Amino acid sequence: MTSPLDQKKIKITGPVVITANRVGDGAVVYRSADGGWTTKLDGAAITTDAAVARTLVAAATGDDLNAIGPYVAPVKLLPGGGVWPGNLREMIRHGGPTIDLSAALGA
Amino acid sequence: MYVYDAFDRKLVTERVSDFRDQVARRLSGELTEEEFKPLRLMNGVYLQLHAYMLRIAIPYGTLSSQQLRQLAHVARKYDRGYGHFTTRQNIQFHWIKLAELPDAMTDLASVGMHGMQTSGNNVRNITTDQWAGVAPDEIEDPRVWAELIRQHVTLHPEFSFMPRKFKIALGAAHHDRAALRIHDLALRLHHNAAGETGFEVMVGGGLGRTPYLALTIKPFLPARDVLSYVEAVLRTYNQFGRRDNIWKARIKILVHELGAAAFAKEVETEWQSIKDGALALDPAVVTDIAARFRYPAYETLDDSPKELAQARRDDSRFDAWMKNCVTNHKIPGYAIVTLSLKPEGGTPGDATAAQMDDIADLADRYSFGEIRVGHEQNLVLPHIAQRDLPAVWRALDAIGLALPNVSFVTDIISCPGLDYCSLANARSIPIAQELTRRFHDLDMQRQLGRLHINISGCINACGHHHVGHIGILGVEKNGEEFYQITLGGKADENATLGTLIGPAVPYAQVADVVEDIAAAYLELRQRPDELFIDTVKRTGVEPFRERVYAAR
Repeated sequence: MTSPLDQKKIKITGPVVITANRVGDGAVVYRSADGGWTTKLDGAAITTDAAVARTLVAAATGDDLNAIGPYVAPVKLLPGGGVWPGNLREMIRHGGPTIDLSAALGA
Repeated sequence: MYVYDAFDRKLVTERVSDFRDQVARRLSGELTEEEFKPLRLMNGVYLQLHAYMLRIAIPYGTLSSQQLRQLAHVARKYDRGYGHFTTRQNIQFHWIKLAELPDAMTDLASVGMHGMQTSGNNVRNITTDQWAGVAPDEIEDPRVWAELIRQHVTLHPEFSFMPRKFKIALGAAHHDRAALRIHDLALRLHHNAAGETGFEVMVGGGLGRTPYLALTIKPFLPARDVLSYVEAVLRTYNQFGRRDNIWKARIKILVHELGAAAFAKEVETEWQSIKDGALALDPAVVTDIAARFRYPAYETLDDSPKELAQARRDDSRFDAWMKNCVTNHKIPGYAIVTLSLKPEGGTPGDATAAQMDDIADLADRYSFGEIRVGHEQNLVLPHIAQRDLPAVWRALDAIGLALPNVSFVTDIISCPGLDYCSLANARSIPIAQELTRRFHDLDMQRQLGRLHINISGCINACGHHHVGHIGILGVEKNGEEFYQITLGGKADENATLGTLIGPAVPYAQVADVVEDIAAAYLELRQRPDELFIDTVKRTGVEPFRERVYAAR
């Protein structure tokens, strides 16, 4: 997946969230509607509006003490009301490595 | 083993102390990420997809049992119980918390280990043949020279902010086990016609987006001049290398755009001005460094003890392991043992903390407390008495590390890929795992013989795909993972870049494609002992291309 680390322009073709890595442990976090961060994707603020996304990224970037490298990531809205990462890279960030670590390590 | 002195220990300890302060200031908000990032990178701390990653150098691939046990401890206490050995004789921990990094580094420093210069635009970990000091075909131990250069460039202010990173490798045998030609600077020890020891100097190798093999700019450099010449190369690169475009900043671009002769001329001019100065090596300095490499107190033993031959006759599995994993040692009665970290369904190069502890114990018991790390992401017990081989095999077999697949199709080199890496475009590890399942049958692996598969999850080529006999490169097309396949690459003394066979294939088809390539090879080879790489060289990639794409 193309790395979003050099994201310069925000192009939106569907629902998006703002995501980053938490300063303390590097964990994947999402910007919530109250201006905080959550590790739960379904707690993320979702928008389909580029201007709103830009505002959210700008605010998130200002929170350098808590999160690193915020960017806009696509999500899919599930028919039942849930949220799912919008591409493989985001799925791996959300769910962890796709490999079965215990099996791979013979544990 | 190299024995660190008080100066080395102080340097590492002070660096950890500095980093502890930097982490505290980052966590308090005193340092922004922009300010902190170059500091953490200087200590080998990256931010990957899900966590911080700590890369620790294993200079010239040599580890003591004490160091390996400490790596196990770090894996267990600060990470998730495993580590990943890389293609550049480093180990990476992928799940370390920022606040705990200073403690982890303190524990590593207690055994002389650190992450200095495992990131950033400086001279990275200096690598060499994992059989250095024990290989029968080397002219002398290249690690002495690697250590001299390592000491000179560590925290060298002039070479801490170069246009890009700089990778140096050394070898001392005709057969290149250190992938010399794919390095920014490679030094091969050899004798000239007068019997003097010196280096062939090669520059401008590297893979990535623009792959090049290093070119020889000095066929014979007297050994005493190695520091001044390395300095001249670095200074020339620092002066003329591009800083305006990250994709054109490596020395390979400079050397190949300028031409090797013109680059060599610039180096020569610089070198002439410094060669007889402070960097001219006093033989006493070399002797001092060499003296700090402690070699085992080998016993006087005969090769091929009778009990070994009997053990081979008695157990076909042991015999298979002997054929595949055991190599001649320069000392009679001893052997070099390679431990494959490529189990079926495993992650290439990963080892659990328990395995590290077990290997350290075995090293203490049978290998004078020493372990080596190879760029193929396997480990080595370098000093095993041949009479002990049956016992070592039984012990390794009990912990799943007596896999007789070294250099076979399942001995895959792979980067972490999109499962961990923030730069990756596609996954590497699941491709490797599927291939180990497809080719799990050892008889099939033996039939295919030496066959190196190298996988990278992006064009940065940490998995050295360009020099794999079969190279696999993950790319992204419209949000989906695709993989380009190259054939005919190799990283030895006849290093060659692979040739692309055609359009990239989707994730789900990669293992099928490799099976097709293997089947085509078995049909195309002229004799059972014609290696895959030789068949590709003889036929070119066309017959393989036809086989792969005819069915798709």
